[in-house]
Amino acid sequence: MNTEKSTIRKIYEWHEARLPIVSWLDHSLGTKYPVPRNLNYWWNFGSLAMFMLAVMIFSGIFLAMNYTPHVTMAFDSVERIMRDVNYGWLIRYMHANGASFFFIVVYIHILRGMYYGSYKAPREVLWWIGLLIYLAMMATGFLGYVLPWGQMSFWGATVITNLFSAIPLVGDSIVTLLWGGFSVDNPTLNRFFSLHYLLPFVIVGLVFLHIWALHVPGANNPLGIDAAPADKIPFFPYYVAKDVFGLAVFVVIYFAVVFWAPNLLGDPVNYVKANPLVTPAHIVPEWYYLPFYTILKAIPNKLLGVIAMFGSILIMFALPWLDTSRVRSASFRPVFRVFFWIFVANALMLGWCGAQLPEGLPVILGRIGAFWYFFHLVILLPMLGWLETPKPLPTSISQSVLKAAE
Amino acid sequence: MANTAHGHAAEPAGDTRRDFLLHSTVAVGAVGAAMMVWPLIHSMNPAADTLSLSTTEFNLSGLAEGQRITIVWRGKPVFVAHRTAKEIEEARAVRVAELRDPQTDDVRVKKGKEQFLVIEGTCTHLGCIPMGVKTTEPHGDFGGWFCPCHGSHYDTSGRIRKGPAPLNLHVPPYQFISDSTVRIG
Ligand code: HEM
Ligand code: FES
Repeated sequence: MNTEKSTIRKIYEWHEARLPIVSWLDHSLGTKYPVPRNLNYWWNFGSLAMFMLAVMIFSGIFLAMNYTPHVTMAFDSVERIMRDVNYGWLIRYMHANGASFFFIVVYIHILRGMYYGSYKAPREVLWWIGLLIYLAMMATGFLGYVLPWGQMSFWGATVITNLFSAIPLVGDSIVTLLWGGFSVDNPTLNRFFSLHYLLPFVIVGLVFLHIWALHVPGANNPLGIDAAPADKIPFFPYYVAKDVFGLAVFVVIYFAVVFWAPNLLGDPVNYVKANPLVTPAHIVPEWYYLPFYTILKAIPNKLLGVIAMFGSILIMFALPWLDTSRVRSASFRPVFRVFFWIFVANALMLGWCGAQLPEGLPVILGRIGAFWYFFHLVILLPMLGWLETPKPLPTSISQSVLKAAE
Repeated sequence: MANTAHGHAAEPAGDTRRDFLLHSTVAVGAVGAAMMVWPLIHSMNPAADTLSLSTTEFNLSGLAEGQRITIVWRGKPVFVAHRTAKEIEEARAVRVAELRDPQTDDVRVKKGKEQFLVIEGTCTHLGCIPMGVKTTEPHGDFGGWFCPCHGSHYDTSGRIRKGPAPLNLHVPPYQFISDSTVRIG
C-alpha cells in the first residue's frame, strides 16, 4: 500500500502530521461536521454573514491605501477615491453598501434564531457571542461612517458620542476622552480610523468563538428538536453546495445595488463636507440603527432615553431566560408565532419612525413601538411560556417527514 | 491548596512558600499591568496643544437690539443676543422653581449689561446647534432657541423649557473688557 502513495499524498501527510490543518477544517466545515438534514434557506445567512465580513475587510484594506484620516483632507480623499483612483468607486460602493448588506444578513440571521428558538439551552453562549458580534458591528459601522467626514458623519459622531454625557458624574470626562478635545475634531477622526481598522479583526476572533460554540451542541433546525445522528448529513458537500447557491443569489442582489443604486441607502447630506458650525436640519443615522434611535427619541429625558436605547440591545442577552417555553421552534407554538411577527412588524415601524422628524405622529407611534418592544420581551415572552399549549413535537426529524408523507 | 501534583501533599494548605511567591508575583504583575493602562487611556485625553485654549474678542456695538449672532470660540459656536426689553421681561417673569435647571436670568448675564446674552450654542442634550439665531429660523415655544435634532426648546435666557435636554445652554466664561467689547475664554 505504502508504495502506491503519490508524492503529493506523502507531502500532505508529512505536513498534516505536523500541523493537522486540513483535518481541522474537515471537522469544522467539512465531511466530519454532521448537520441536521432538514435545514431550510434561513440557515444560509450565517455563511452569508461570514462572506460579508470578508468583503468588508478586503474592500476596507484597499480603501485605507487611499484614504487620509485628517479633517482637512478626509472628505477630499474619499472624493478622490471616487473619481481618480482606478476602480475606487467600485471599492467604495462595495464597502458602503456592503455595510448595509452585512446588516440585512445579520438581522435575518438573528430573527431566524428568534423564530426557531436557537438561543435556548444548550446554545445560550452561542447566542451571547452572536450578540457581541452584532455590538462590534454596530460600533464598526458607526466609526466607519464618520471617516468620509461629511455633514452626517460629523453630526452623527457628535450626537452618538454625546450619548455618554448622560452618565452621571463622569459623563463629560468620558466624552472628552472619546473626542480627545472639546468637540469632534481631528483627534477624534484619527482614533476612529484606528479603531475602525481594528474592530473587524476583533469580529473575526469572535466569529471563531461563535463557530466553536456552535460545534459543541451542533446546529439547531426548523423543528427545534435535538437531531439524532441518523438525521444528520455531512456539511461537505451538502450544505457547502447549498450555501454556495444561496451566495450566488445574494451576490446578484448585492451587486445590483452596488452598480445601479449605490446611493439608495445612503444620505445625500453626507456628500456635503463636515461643518462644525451648521447642524443639518434633520439628523438621521444609517438605516440599521433607526429602531434604536427611535427608542432614544421616544423618551423625553436624556438619561432614561439613553438607558432605554442601550437596554433594548442588552436585554437580548437575557432572552434565553425571558422565554420560558421549553419548545424551541415557533412552528409548534401557534401563539408565539403570531407575536413573533408582530414583534418584527413593530421593529420595522420603529425603524420608520426613526427617520422622521421628532414631532406629531412619529413620536406617538415611536412611544407605542418602544413600549411594545419591551413589553414583548419582558412580559409577553415569560407569560407565553406558561400559558400557551404547544403543538405535539415529532419524536425525530425523519418521523416528521414520514408523517407528512402519509 | 494541597498541591499533590508537585509533591507537596504534606504541606499545610494555603500558606506554603510556593503559594506566597505565586501570589506576590501575580500581584506585582497585575499592578504593573494596571499602571501601564493609565498612560494609554490618558493619551486619548486632550493633548497639550489642544488644551491651550484660545480666547475670542467680540465688539457688541454693531449688534442691534433684537439681533442675534453666532461667533466661534474654541471651534464651537457661541450665541450672542442683544435682547429686547420684552425678551428680558419674559426671561425674568419665569417662576424659577418650575424650571428643569433652575437659574434666574440675573446669574446668566452681567450686571448692567442685562441686554446681552452670551451662551454656548451647543444643545445640552446631544450636542447639536440649536436654531434661532436668524429671525427666519424657528425659535421654539419660548421665543429663544429650538434644537431640531430631538426637539429641545430654550427660552430668551437660553434655559431649557421643553424637550429632552437636561440643562440650560452653558454660559461660557467671559468678561467685558470695555463698554462694548467682550472677551470669551
Ligand atoms: C465589520 C466590517 C466593516 C464595516 C461594517 C464597515 C463599515 C463602514 C462604513 C459604514 C463606512 C462609511 C462608508 C461611506 O459612507 O462612505 C466605512 C468607511 C471606511 N472603512 Fe469600513 N467597515 C468595515 C471594515 C473595514 C476594514 C477592515 C477597513 C480596513 C482598514 C475599513 C476601512 C474603511 C475606510 C478607509 C473607510 C473610509 C472610506 C469611505 O468612507 O468610503 N473598513 N466603513
Ligand atoms: S441634541 Fe438638541 S435636542 Fe437632542
